[in-house]
Amino acid sequence: MTAIVEVRDLTKRYDGEKLALKNLSFKIAAGEIIALLGPNGAGKTSLISTICGLTTMSQGKVFVSGFDVQSDYRNARSLIGLVPQELMLEPFETVMGTVSLSRGLFGKAPNPSYIRGILERLSLWDKRDSPIRELSGGMKRRVLIAKALSHEPKILFLDEPTAGVDVDLRRDMWRLVKDLQRDGVTIVLTTHYIEEAEEIADRIAVIHDGQILLIEDKNLLMKRLGKKQLLVELADPIERLPKLLEDLGIKLHNEGRGLTYTYDMEVEQTGIPEILGALKSEGIRFNDVRTEQSSLEDIFIELIKDRSV
Amino acid sequence: MNYYAIRAIYTFEMARTLRTPLQSFASPVISTILYFIVFGSAIGHRMIPIDGVSYGVFIVPGLIMLTVMTQSVANASFGIYFPKFLGTIYEHLSAPISPFEIVTGYVGAAATKSAVVGLIILGVSFLFVPLEIAHPVLMMGLLCSTAFCFSLLGFILGLWARNFEQLSFVPTLIITPLVFLGGSFYSIDMLPSIWRDVSMLNPAMYLISGFRWAFFGNSDVSIQLSVVFIGFFIATFLGIIWWIFSTGYRLRS
Ligand SMILES: Nc1ncnc2c1ncn2[C@@H]1O[C@H](COP(=O)(O)OP(=O)(O)OP(=O)(O)O)[C@@H](O)[C@H]1O
Ligand SMILES: [Mg+2]
Repeated sequence: MTAIVEVRDLTKRYDGEKLALKNLSFKIAAGEIIALLGPNGAGKTSLISTICGLTTMSQGKVFVSGFDVQSDYRNARSLIGLVPQELMLEPFETVMGTVSLSRGLFGKAPNPSYIRGILERLSLWDKRDSPIRELSGGMKRRVLIAKALSHEPKILFLDEPTAGVDVDLRRDMWRLVKDLQRDGVTIVLTTHYIEEAEEIADRIAVIHDGQILLIEDKNLLMKRLGKKQLLVELADPIERLPKLLEDLGIKLHNEGRGLTYTYDMEVEQTGIPEILGALKSEGIRFNDVRTEQSSLEDIFIELIKDRSV
Repeated sequence: MNYYAIRAIYTFEMARTLRTPLQSFASPVISTILYFIVFGSAIGHRMIPIDGVSYGVFIVPGLIMLTVMTQSVANASFGIYFPKFLGTIYEHLSAPISPFEIVTGYVGAAATKSAVVGLIILGVSFLFVPLEIAHPVLMMGLLCSTAFCFSLLGFILGLWARNFEQLSFVPTLIITPLVFLGGSFYSIDMLPSIWRDVSMLNPAMYLISGFRWAFFGNSDVSIQLSVVFIGFFIATFLGIIWWIFSTGYRLRS
């Protein structure tokens, strides 16, 4: 993997007090979509802020495309677009004014047709001359995205891009992120919506209390930590589980009206044929059989729970 | 050097100014006209000429300086404080720009605005009093460097301020008294000797005096001394700004 971002032993201590990031090291591959998951206060925003130059780092080094973000900040930062978590915009400025400012700040010559393309893509072109205070929250969020894209960044940081955004707009946002990836942009996003990470991310990093608990390919992660469950709905409720079934690891469920069996996603031998055989030999009749797969959310909750104990 | 960034900040700030032309240009002009009516016409007739210059004419350079100094501080401090207050400063902190470029953009815009206000007041003065400028080029140079110098000071104030109270505290309690007592409306020679000595410690006095020299060819302190002082202040303020940026003081947590 070619790393576009490399974080080495990064520690962040605010005002010598609060330890927000504890010795993090990881890499972000060029062209991937990586989701940072973690509860409130985990350090997601602190991590992004340190990479982008909004806060100082206490220890460690960060490289963007090989450029040290401290000593070579001009080269490093011109590759980065940042959409902050808060809606921070000048209320009296127009959409066009603020987006043009962003492009200029990042050292790019004005390019009206490129800016027009971005505003159209974000359905903001009609609003280009409106003062920002007249826009809705969702539109303001898109203005922030337009600002971040205005200078053609190679890597885009989205800090909770879909917080307070309705379902339609969220889907639009996901489509945009996928499109950007196709254009070669690397995307780092933080989210509390695990379905969001599940939907669009290639890799997942779970941050908790300033540490990265894991960083892994989404599909591998779900395979490794995910569980499957077989649910059998019985025709007639049973009081006690026959010994044969108990030995196979089956549990009674729903006051005897159902059976459950949990197994890892990875294993080859699921044991399901044996179970069905045992049901038959015990003479237990059933109406329905189905399987359920744990979501990223279940995995996430498990991980954080293990940590907190 | 990120020229596009300087240009972007400068035009963004000038657009803010032009969005509120009344507040930006009309109000300083109106208050200057009031000064003319009160000090120039009403009181001025009873004053004896100072160094052969009638009082109405004498106060013109002082009035321009008073406005340019206070406007520069106000413009530049607000210009950088507002993005800090709104949080939009995040973009400047994450952009590939150096402190030098940020300062040039913001201070350049603030200084431009107050220098333009100063020139408007000069234009208005011609309507009220017969005015001749002995050294017009030097006058322009001093006007621009004073605007630049006090915009730097305002920029420092805006970086330092944590709230709107602090932002207005310094101009009201420090800048305005210094400028008023720096001889905007009188010659230092008119003061009792003890106050004359105290005035020598007032940095604004050197700037006002130098500016007056450009108009009339004579003043309280020598023009060379005034120029040295302006240069000294500019260098000091630049140094303080450089320190603020290099330490991240009150900008980066
Ligand atoms: N400027 C600051 N000064 C002091 N402490 C801070 C500052 N910013 C963040 N913190 C602390 O650092 C820790 C991490 O905060 P951070 O904002 O990075 O979390 P987060 O993962 O982004 O949370 P959220 O999901 O709520 O946005 C928190 O304990 C927070 O209180
Ligand atoms: Mg956050």
